[in-house]
Amino acid sequence: MNPPSETNSLAEARKGDRGLVVQVGGEAYAGAGGVDAAEIERRLLEIGFVEGARFEILHEGLFGRDPIGVRLDDLTVALRRREAAQVRVRFVHEAAVAAAEAPAPLPDEAAA
Amino acid sequence: MSAAAEAVAGESPAHAFRIALVGNPNCGKTALFNALTGARQKVANYPGVTVERKEGHITTPEGRQVSVLDLPGTYSLRARSPDEVVTRDAVLGRLAGEAAPDVLVCVADSTSLRLVLRLMVELKAVGRPIVLALNMFDIAQRQGIDIDVARLSKELGVPVVTTVATRKRGLEDLLAQVDRLMAADLVAPADDPGVWHEPSVAEIRAAHRQAERTLKDCVKPPARPDTLTGKLDAVLLNPVGGILILLAILFVMFQAVFSLARPAGDLITEGLSQASTYVTASMPSTGWIGLLRSLINDGIINGVGSVIAFLPQILVLFLFIIVLEDFGYMARAAFLLDRLMGAAGLHGRAFIPLLSSHACAIPGIMSARVIDNRRDRLTTILVAPLATCSARIPIYTLIIGAFVPAKTVWGFASLQGLVMFGLYAAGITSALIVAFVIRRLFWRGSAEPFLMQLPDYKVPDAMNVARGVWQRGEIFLKRAGTTILSMMILIWFLSTVPLAPAGATGPAIDYSFAGMIGHTLEPLLRPIGFNWQISVALIPGMAAREVAVGALGTVYSVSGEGSALGGVLAHQWSLATALALLAWYVFAPQCMSTLAVVRRETNSLKWPLIMFGYMLALAYAAAFVVYHVAVALGG
Ligand SMILES: Nc1nc2c(ncn2[C@@H]2O[C@H](COP(=O)(O)OP(=O)(O)OP(=O)(O)O)[C@@H](O)[C@H]2O)c(=O)[nH]1
Ligand SMILES: [Mg+2]
Repeated sequence: MNPPSETNSLAEARKGDRGLVVQVGGEAYAGAGGVDAAEIERRLLEIGFVEGARFEILHEGLFGRDPIGVRLDDLTVALRRREAAQVRVRFVHEAAVAAAEAPAPLPDEAAA
Repeated sequence: MSAAAEAVAGESPAHAFRIALVGNPNCGKTALFNALTGARQKVANYPGVTVERKEGHITTPEGRQVSVLDLPGTYSLRARSPDEVVTRDAVLGRLAGEAAPDVLVCVADSTSLRLVLRLMVELKAVGRPIVLALNMFDIAQRQGIDIDVARLSKELGVPVVTTVATRKRGLEDLLAQVDRLMAADLVAPADDPGVWHEPSVAEIRAAHRQAERTLKDCVKPPARPDTLTGKLDAVLLNPVGGILILLAILFVMFQAVFSLARPAGDLITEGLSQASTYVTASMPSTGWIGLLRSLINDGIINGVGSVIAFLPQILVLFLFIIVLEDFGYMARAAFLLDRLMGAAGLHGRAFIPLLSSHACAIPGIMSARVIDNRRDRLTTILVAPLATCSARIPIYTLIIGAFVPAKTVWGFASLQGLVMFGLYAAGITSALIVAFVIRRLFWRGSAEPFLMQLPDYKVPDAMNVARGVWQRGEIFLKRAGTTILSMMILIWFLSTVPLAPAGATGPAIDYSFAGMIGHTLEPLLRPIGFNWQISVALIPGMAAREVAVGALGTVYSVSGEGSALGGVLAHQWSLATALALLAWYVFAPQCMSTLAVVRRETNSLKWPLIMFGYMLALAYAAAFVVYHVAVALGG
């Protein structure tokens, strides 16, 4: 449905960038405090980073623009860029996000 | 219906049903728990407030005795941190001596349903009947989020009710559904372990897709989305401006502790000295009655009273903290300071335990349960007592009031407030430095990831704020009436007995046990500038920090130095001694309850001992340096 286009790491996103999450996990991850790649993937999934989610970078910290505050569908999550590197995203222009947001016809409505 | 009534009639009234409140962090479980049971557990607008299981009791409309469990919030039953383990074990009935809940009440933030719908998939696997409570329904309505409750209930296959926990709305509906499920005999035998297992990543993704479909079918996005949070965050989370605002908030807070609370504190002090005068005038000074008079005056009015005089300061501090917590600022502060904490080797979420420790280290240490990694958690626990807890306020205020002139500097700031701010800064800086040392020398390696939801701002509820402040006041007065009072009576006794022999020349206290103890210890503490009276006060001060203030009040009062403690100290101590005592109090481990909680939380004696040792060493070293530098500079 979407035209094939380049994906980026969420870790490289800048304030104001928006788009869709295309892949969570699967990147090299050095591990931190006993959390390995598989665990960070689950945690990201559980807090709402899931393929297909819409995102927008709302905030950046002062030092090294880290951490970042990300709007994810209906909630806002703060995380460090180190973990954001586990999330691949596709940047989408505002209009295209709006199009992607348009709800698919509900089964009920389709039947009516 | 009649079957239900029969079922109830057939049950022995002693049989208690159990329900548990589960859900994502910050969705209002504790607010709902308080509304249902009339409890007063802490409610605040940041994730990870509740870290223990709490139990309350209610009677349902159909007359069932039900015990209600409030649990820490979680995104999954997978349980990564100690608080989430509590939730998992309570839900699965794995807690020793406790049956699994008969009904799970899944609490949801109606404005953000995605994650809780995914959690529901896991909860259903547990195999217990579930009621979904769409809480914060008022906010959803305000934002024009259209939720098709009937359809949601049909798709999920569980009853769904809407609630506003903070306004006690929707509780009857909720309990009616609980009654219905209990009566319908859907309740599986209590020892049924269910079929829940840790979901794999594939299962988590599948559950997300399922949740997404349900959302699409039943929920229309907000017609009037919340714009306040975005606008405020644009300012409060601005990379540079945000940090300046954070500093400004802290600055105003400590200025206020001095300026706002001053008049009330003076009033209390004035009242106490009137009471003391009255007691002196109306009771004879000799015989048993004389001893009683001394107990009342020196032990209670000058001892306990000198501690109570700091109640206004403590209330002002808590007013600030509670308003910030309710407003939703805590998570922002954690965001702003994450890098700083990270540089010290602390977990980003350690900010909240450290900030809570400014009220009292005990809840601060307990809230470290939200940190999953054991080393990160231990580091946070070890440094938490360095944050300036409210029990230090009396001693800080006493010494600052006596030695720092009440001047205004730069045209707007009170010098006393600035010194106070400096002491707080010293506390937090030393916590960061100690954490850094621990993480560099002993436990090298990066801290665990920081992943935290930033909740929407909420206008603080005046009732909740008032209740919170009141509760803190009660706790403080209760301590004054129990721990502090009993220590004061003990100190008064030690300072009075044995009585001075007839014809003695020095003050009576020199002949008492307290005098002997003080003089014995003095050589140990003289290098850091402490006199024997301070030595006497420090020992009972190990039980609780405020006790030292009361003890000084009693000791100086028994020695006949008069009653306004601040004034007495200003005459008796050199500035160097006063500064050394402040430095001592920044570090000294003078709180038994903190050590006891560390023991409980770490389940070993080793950590409280390490904490006691390192803090005592730092306190002695800091007081030593400060004293000698001050003397050298002519203090
Ligand atoms: N407007 C509104 N606010 C609510 C409602 N329920 C809770 N709140 C607020 O939401 C915030 C979170 O409430 P808590 O009860 O502490 O949430 P919790 O689920 O216990 O949070 P954790 O213990 O951290 O998991 C607080 O600021 C409450 O005042 C509600 O129905 N309406
Ligand atoms: Mg709670």
